[in-house]
Amino acid sequence: MEALTWTGSLGTILNPAFTILVSLLAVAIVAQIVLGFFAPAMTLQSNPDGTLQSRSGALGLAETAVKYLFLGTLIVVIAYVVVPLVMPYGSAGIVGEMSKRFLPVWISLISLYTLSMVYKRKLGLYGKLFDSTVGMIGFGLVMFWVFTAFYVGIFDMIATHDYLSQVSGLKNKVPGVPVPEGTTGDIPHYLLGGDNLARDIFSRVVQGSVFVIAIAPLATIFAFMVGITLGLPAGFYGGKLDTFLSFVANLILAFPVILLFYLLVTPEIVETGIPSYMAAFLFIFPLIFFGVLLNSRYYTQPAKRTAILVPVLGILGWLYLSVINQKGTVIDFLPEWMDLFDISILVVFVSVVFVNAPTVFRIVRGLTLDLRTRDYVAAAQTRGEGAWYIMLWEILPNARGPLIVDFCLRIGYTTILLGTLGFFGLGLSSESPDWGSTINEGRKLLLIYAHPALPPAVALLSMVLGLNLLADGLREESLKD
Amino acid sequence: MGLFILRRLGVMILTALCLTFIVFWLTNLAPNLEKLAKTQGNARMSDEAVVSWLDNRGYSQPLPIKYGQWLGVLPGYVIEGVDGEVRARCAGPGIELEDASTFCGILQGDWGYSTVFKDDVGSIVATRLGLTGKLMFWVMMVMVPGALIIGVLAGMREGSRTDRSLSTVSIVSTATPEYVSGVVFISVFATATFGMQWFKGTATGAMDDATFENFFLPVMTIALYGMGYIARMTRASMTEVMTAQYIRTARLKGVSFPKIVLKHALRNALIAPFTVIMLQFPWLLNGVVIVETLFNYKGFGWVLVQAAGNNDIELLLGVSIVSVFVVLITQLISDIGYVFLNPRIRIS
Repeated sequence: MEALTWTGSLGTILNPAFTILVSLLAVAIVAQIVLGFFAPAMTLQSNPDGTLQSRSGALGLAETAVKYLFLGTLIVVIAYVVVPLVMPYGSAGIVGEMSKRFLPVWISLISLYTLSMVYKRKLGLYGKLFDSTVGMIGFGLVMFWVFTAFYVGIFDMIATHDYLSQVSGLKNKVPGVPVPEGTTGDIPHYLLGGDNLARDIFSRVVQGSVFVIAIAPLATIFAFMVGITLGLPAGFYGGKLDTFLSFVANLILAFPVILLFYLLVTPEIVETGIPSYMAAFLFIFPLIFFGVLLNSRYYTQPAKRTAILVPVLGILGWLYLSVINQKGTVIDFLPEWMDLFDISILVVFVSVVFVNAPTVFRIVRGLTLDLRTRDYVAAAQTRGEGAWYIMLWEILPNARGPLIVDFCLRIGYTTILLGTLGFFGLGLSSESPDWGSTINEGRKLLLIYAHPALPPAVALLSMVLGLNLLADGLREESLKD
Repeated sequence: MGLFILRRLGVMILTALCLTFIVFWLTNLAPNLEKLAKTQGNARMSDEAVVSWLDNRGYSQPLPIKYGQWLGVLPGYVIEGVDGEVRARCAGPGIELEDASTFCGILQGDWGYSTVFKDDVGSIVATRLGLTGKLMFWVMMVMVPGALIIGVLAGMREGSRTDRSLSTVSIVSTATPEYVSGVVFISVFATATFGMQWFKGTATGAMDDATFENFFLPVMTIALYGMGYIARMTRASMTEVMTAQYIRTARLKGVSFPKIVLKHALRNALIAPFTVIMLQFPWLLNGVVIVETLFNYKGFGWVLVQAAGNNDIELLLGVSIVSVFVVLITQLISDIGYVFLNPRIRIS
């Protein structure tokens, strides 16, 4: 087999066009920014037919140029992705083959966007997201990785080779290298080359998305449960409780994150059982949260409350016990048949939740301090509602806007934290395909072989960027109400 | 005002005590001590040997007493070991038993002895902090003006194209953690992969002789991540100021736009970023650890990784006390500075 080039035969037409368009676009953007400083503030003037006059002069020209050049570049990029789908194997180069591997993701993304655009007026805040370009781009990036993780993790589709198998002779080989005859795998090439242990980088990167998509949102949800359950009473009651909880939160926040990780995520500390106790403490908060949430709502109808509360708390309690119960640690009392799963990276999970929870606490506390003076809180108090009912059913729903935005940002931050842990090789096995560990593997020989470290770095960047853009779009749209 | 500062100082000292105690406790847990005994003594020590090794060196005392000794409020131990040798906390290498003082802790300026570097913790921390200080100085020189300019330019005309493009730039920079931008910078600008081998991929040489070539990439890597956040805060503060009544008055009076921005808006818009810049220090510390590891620049962050990786208890404690104080003092400065800069806040 021959080695693949980056763009194959497709590149002969598209590459020159792409280079020209991108350089022109860069020039136009710079021109537009520079000219923008000198231009007078625009006053809107309408044409006789009611349309608005476009800006004239050099700045107007630059703006128009940016618009069309951007469209042109976009078309070329789409061509890079779409055209290879109808070309035979290998003729469209590495980019083309990657695009083909991601085919299920493209189909899912297109159908999701079509459905959402059609029904966007009926979908609330989610639908409004499709009014904002930034939000749409961010959502697209995030969903790209979500779908990738879904298809890789559940259907084992996108990855081309086994992410752990080593093929002799492919150590540190450049992207597009053909694998030797008789190697198992969907295609006879390593699309993004081989890493230091001769494993397929492309497969490792897409496999790494499963780790991030599974852990980051879950850890963030737990951090939110802890932060909300403690932040609401701290803000609502104030006083000594608030002083104490704020002091503890500031204590944790004053710790440099890396020092905390280095202290918590070591085999010696795991041996002492501290992470297990921390897990037992932190993961009880969802139980408290849902218990109080449902109880405060239905305690006037005891029969209904019991009917709802018992199954909910039963299932959550079981999940809780099987999460904290781990073979070989200090908390190991459940019989085997009851233990649903063992999380091998419990310590990573716990420390990420632990680091995130104080910030959420501060946000929730601040929001509660603001909202508790509102009239609807006074009305609820006059009706004789309980304190927890007011906190969870009056204040919390009204604080949802900033919390949703922060949730998106925080998933991104959690992704960065997980990457940091991987980068320092803390708590994760060196075989783990997560992006941080892969970057760590790649950086050791970075000055000689740059290709193993770049794909996971770009993947992590695009995922976090997507979440940040999504948060920005959501903030913009929720402020419009 | 005096009372306010005093109260803040009190909380700060309490926080520092709590934090150092937590670090002390975590590093002095039984498995950590066992590892220390085995790395310092003999890797194939029997369990009894480990216990007597720890007993002889005062590690088996109760935790609060050990902490008190380390802090320097309790007299250091003098223990006659089972091997007949008398060891005292204050009689380290070079100090005879008879000359040893009673108290030796942080408060007496005795930071202890690093088992990895075979040197005094105080001197290690001082030299490494100097190196990191050099790095941080240049990071600040790049990051603060850059972030303020981006933020002010974006915020002075909200919703304009300049605003939108600069805001996107700052979002991208907040989404790029140091280990991503560092790796990308090194592979693009320090290897031949893209034909732009302009800089050096390591900063080891910069410890003695920092040049543009070997120091630019580490500085940019740290600065980039913090820059976006400060720029966004500056932009938010600038947009808020630009909608204020006195700006409208100035515009109606016919003051030119550059003059409004520079003379009227800028000063008020820079109060909030000041706090944010000060509160960036804890994050910068993170960046320093990552970048120093990545670029092999043997500063404070590198020492932190070495100390933590080898369970060098006294060095780790020294490092954490410095970092905790850096964080707390910047918080204090930001609080006091905010009150000074913003005349609308009065502390009664």
